[in-house]
Amino acid sequence: MSDPTTTEVPSNAPTGDYTAYLLGLADDALIYAHRLGEWLTRAPQIEEDMALGNVGLDLLGQARSLLTRAGELEGAGRDEDDLAYLRDEREFRNVHLVEQPRGDFGHEMARMLWFASYQHELYSALLDSTDQVLAAVAAKAIKEVAYHRDHAGQWVVRLGDGTEVSHDRMQAGLAAVAPYVAELGDDDRASVAAAEAGVGILPSALVEGTAAHVRAVVAQATLSMPDEPRWRSRGGREGVHSEAMGYLLAEMQHIHRSHPGATW
Amino acid sequence: MYGNDFGEPLNAAETADYADAVQEYFDGLIDADKRIEPRDAMPEGYRKTLIRQIAQHAHSEIIGMQPEGNWITRAPSLRRKAILMAKVQDEAGHGLYLYSAAETLGVDREELLDKLHNGQQKYSSIFNYPTLTWADAGAIGWLVDGAAIMNQVPLCRCSYGPYARAMIRVCKEESFHQRQGFEILWTLSQGTPEQQAMAQDAANRWWWPSLMMFGPPDTGEAAQGGHTAQNMAWGIKRFSNDDLRQKFVDMTVPQAQKLGLTLPDPDLRWNEERGHWDFGEIDWDEFWRVLKGDGPCNEQRITHRRRAHEEGAWVREAANAYAAKHAPHNNTVQEVA
Repeated sequence: MSDPTTTEVPSNAPTGDYTAYLLGLADDALIYAHRLGEWLTRAPQIEEDMALGNVGLDLLGQARSLLTRAGELEGAGRDEDDLAYLRDEREFRNVHLVEQPRGDFGHEMARMLWFASYQHELYSALLDSTDQVLAAVAAKAIKEVAYHRDHAGQWVVRLGDGTEVSHDRMQAGLAAVAPYVAELGDDDRASVAAAEAGVGILPSALVEGTAAHVRAVVAQATLSMPDEPRWRSRGGREGVHSEAMGYLLAEMQHIHRSHPGATW
Repeated sequence: MYGNDFGEPLNAAETADYADAVQEYFDGLIDADKRIEPRDAMPEGYRKTLIRQIAQHAHSEIIGMQPEGNWITRAPSLRRKAILMAKVQDEAGHGLYLYSAAETLGVDREELLDKLHNGQQKYSSIFNYPTLTWADAGAIGWLVDGAAIMNQVPLCRCSYGPYARAMIRVCKEESFHQRQGFEILWTLSQGTPEQQAMAQDAANRWWWPSLMMFGPPDTGEAAQGGHTAQNMAWGIKRFSNDDLRQKFVDMTVPQAQKLGLTLPDPDLRWNEERGHWDFGEIDWDEFWRVLKGDGPCNEQRITHRRRAHEEGAWVREAANAYAAKHAPHNNTVQEVA
């Protein structure tokens, strides 16, 4: 990653916007990794403690690479920990979907199915990024998120086509995440600039592929796509979050912030 | 020959001759220091002892995920967060190998988990202590995993094959865990005065409970009907509690010195004559009290565990129902524990 030939930003990329774009991708991965970390010791069976931990670890790895890259491009000397632990809520650029509190297992599988399907489309497109560092992150991550998508999909099918209870709970999980799905496809300013420069991809270009995968899984699971939700989340990419985010950051950041300048 | 003049059908396994033959075969394997395998005949006492020990070990792994899992959401750097998640995930993996090893003895995981949840089977009492600061994540790795390794390395030569083989892998990972715990404390001990104080406080709180992990003393007033002698004869246990405890103290004191930490025992001193570290009297009342349920986290740990299990019941039931519906040949459906 520190190879000088690959850390150059393509000259037509607006650096500030591109850093913001990378932070959006990084924060999605970081905050979801944090939520998945909450499942360890609480999963329905030990195999699933391991699987959810694995998915969380993959996402944390993606977040670390992306934060490091964003810090390099920003050029202010901030490393992954400065960015993760010392930014305030309004500076986080993740979507609301990933910051929502942990629900039941059906809710988690619905969230993971949407998020992994979205990330799969995203990283597929980013293989062609003119930022070679981002393209390399995408090349590694796409194998990981293919597994996440498959894992969530298998559970959605098992729960949808399992018992009457699990069918209803899985359907409720899909309904609970539905208001947070549209935001994944919002074209914010940084994404538009990154897409124009060829380093990123427009989120709206990922919507159809993402939804097609989810629809196929939902059909196989004998479930139905939820009704159009009455409201939808907005603004995560501009740092406007839901109330859950403040508590998440308070917990995540407090030890680090209690010891300014300390090494861990 | 075709009449009805036979008595009750004879069950060979219930005859005295059969039991003698089993014992002779088994004793032969044990005497030759060979491994007993799942299909080998074995005395019932040996089988029951192993089930109890392997189950207790498996339970300890999964209950042990809690005190460390407690710090995943607050780990103070992303690197530490990743390592801690991987570590807690390893413990889940150890639990799985061990439940699988126990299953080779004719029990199933569901049954063992029920016994954990209703208190019929125990887990290591060390996990009934709380992890109160980040340094506790280090102290657990350094002291608790360090003590566990002392107990577990000899189990790689345990007479029961599946358990011994599981322990080889578990010990490799535990050694990594111990090093990462040491490294957490090393970093703290090189850090700010507050970080150093945090490390010292953790060492103070975890030292004595770690020494208790080796179980009651072999002799003296506090020694109580353990299983040591029989388990040694069976090749399940290789060293006595006190021998292992002494090894642990001898290994750990120089590490504490390297970390710049003191250990909370005024009687700790090198004994030239014995070639070992002398240490003070362990509070066995505390040991028995916590073992019997009156520790700071006994209730919390088991409630947390039961709750996860109960909240996940609908998921396991759904997985079983789905598997039954979609099994190609619908006769044998794997139960999900």
